[in-house]
Amino acid sequence: MIQADNITIQYGPRVAVSDVSLRVGGGEIIAVLGPNGAGKSTLLRALNGGLIPSSGLVLLEGYPLHHYPRRIISTHIAVVAQEADVRFPVTVLEFVLGGRYASASAGAWGWETDQDIKVAHEVLRETELIELSARLMNELSGGERQRAVLARALATEATVLLLDEPTANLDLAHQAAILALVRQRCELNKTAAIVVTHDINLAAEYSSHVLLMKNGHGVAFGSPTEVLTPELLGQLFDVRILVDAHPITGVPRITPVHEVRR
Amino acid sequence: MTAKTEATLEHGLKVGGLDDGRVTLRQTLVACSLLLVALLAGILVTSLFGSERLPARASICALASLGQHSCGLTPDQYAILLEIRLPRIFLAAAVGASLAAAGASYQALLRNPLAEPYLLGVSNGAAVGTMIALVFFGTWEWSRPLMAFTGALAATFVVYRLAQGRAGASPERLILAGVIVTTFLSSAIVFVTTLMDATRIRSFTFWLLGDLSGTTTSLLALAIIVAIIGTAVLAANARSLNLLMLGERDAFDLGVEVGRVRLIVFFVASLLVGSSVASSGSVGYVGLVVPHLVRLSLGSDNRIAVPAAALAGALFVVVADTVARTIIAPRELPVGAITALIGAPLFVYLLKRG
Repeated sequence: MIQADNITIQYGPRVAVSDVSLRVGGGEIIAVLGPNGAGKSTLLRALNGGLIPSSGLVLLEGYPLHHYPRRIISTHIAVVAQEADVRFPVTVLEFVLGGRYASASAGAWGWETDQDIKVAHEVLRETELIELSARLMNELSGGERQRAVLARALATEATVLLLDEPTANLDLAHQAAILALVRQRCELNKTAAIVVTHDINLAAEYSSHVLLMKNGHGVAFGSPTEVLTPELLGQLFDVRILVDAHPITGVPRITPVHEVRR
Repeated sequence: MTAKTEATLEHGLKVGGLDDGRVTLRQTLVACSLLLVALLAGILVTSLFGSERLPARASICALASLGQHSCGLTPDQYAILLEIRLPRIFLAAAVGASLAAAGASYQALLRNPLAEPYLLGVSNGAAVGTMIALVFFGTWEWSRPLMAFTGALAATFVVYRLAQGRAGASPERLILAGVIVTTFLSSAIVFVTTLMDATRIRSFTFWLLGDLSGTTTSLLALAIIVAIIGTAVLAANARSLNLLMLGERDAFDLGVEVGRVRLIVFFVASLLVGSSVASSGSVGYVGLVVPHLVRLSLGSDNRIAVPAAALAGALFVVVADTVARTIIAPRELPVGAITALIGAPLFVYLLKRG
């Protein structure tokens, strides 16, 4: 589906991502973990074509990303950013219909087709926003707004979802709800997802693979049980980390051990 | 929820039009047709007002016959109606449509409800261009719109560049950049004015504030053609503008070719501002007041807001100019004074509301 081959990304002289490779297939969720400034978001931007690697290639369905027109890329890849900054009065339905932009047909004269409306209503139902579809975006709560951002990404019917800290501003229940929706979509539609997150425990629970990054380098890649070890995580975050098995799900459970000075 | 109530809900969402929070092609056509009728009625009514009283019935008869019959008007009255008033009203409509459509597009592209050709310094850029054309290439008529367009385009790019901070362009930063460019260009205007002889200075100061009286047939034709084609091009890019309104990165992610759309909108909006400034000076605040009222009543979707703003802007300036030329008749006010009188308080309100 989408893969990065040894990509390096620079901001001027500063190397933000160095020689990172990644491949995600249908139905998989890859979590990208690492401290602030590790290059996680930069990597995500490059996978979407928003940044051009100075070396290496991003391949979409086997072809280099830059060979595709922007519109075509957006029918394959959808992005869920951290927050929507809506300054004009836009309704939830209008916002979600924005996800249908790339798949618009020339015959519709820039207007949504019945199919577009149908898809929008489906994702609004999926994200439990259907009752709010006529409300304005800036009237929603943070959790509802984040669900609308996810709904718009789902409305694209893209096969790759890129999520950049999609749960950063949400409470516990909403964090899990967002990732549960992503996993459901991945399992049902063979969608692939790459999630940048700071929540290691959510990553352990929802991802099929984990990429650890530090200082722009890929440190480790593998299944959550392989990668989420006290040694690797301790090295990654410079904190002592306790890893045991979650008593219910059995996935790795991560607890930082903060040395308390007395 | 039972199957029946769900079906009703579905039905309600589909049939309800605005109820489901979405603008449709049908609504757009209805709104624009109504505005067009209002504009034509406005043109008809305002053509009866002026320093010279004309018999109303005969005037309407003459206008309805598209100038084929004089309907009992004297040759002088006929000339006033069809050769002085009507061209001026048409110019007012073209200028209003151009400025409102350009304003609505600037606001969407720059994600800023306060963006407006006059406040961004674009009008002043066009004014400097026009003045340079008048001083240096006075004889060639087309040099005015050409230089006005160049000036508008240059001012647009400079303001855009100045406003881009590390965190993008905030509304305040953009307005500040507009103020800087405006004051700089104002001193350029003063400098060019000093190169003129004394008799021309007065008419130039008047023109700078927006004056619809001194146009030529070819400039009028240009203003009308540019207003129609420009609005159509901007409306054709309205769906992309809808996404750009949510931020350039969002728009890019969703498939908008941001660079191309931005270039088209800057180019066409500058063309619209340039052609209206070349023929009528800087009429301020039209691009602020009209799109704001249109969005308030019809929603933020640019597919309806851009064409509706153009039509409502045309009506607004037609009425404002009628006030300007009748309120202290036989003397005239610059139309820009009337639009600023309405626009400046609204700007303060929008700024306060933040």
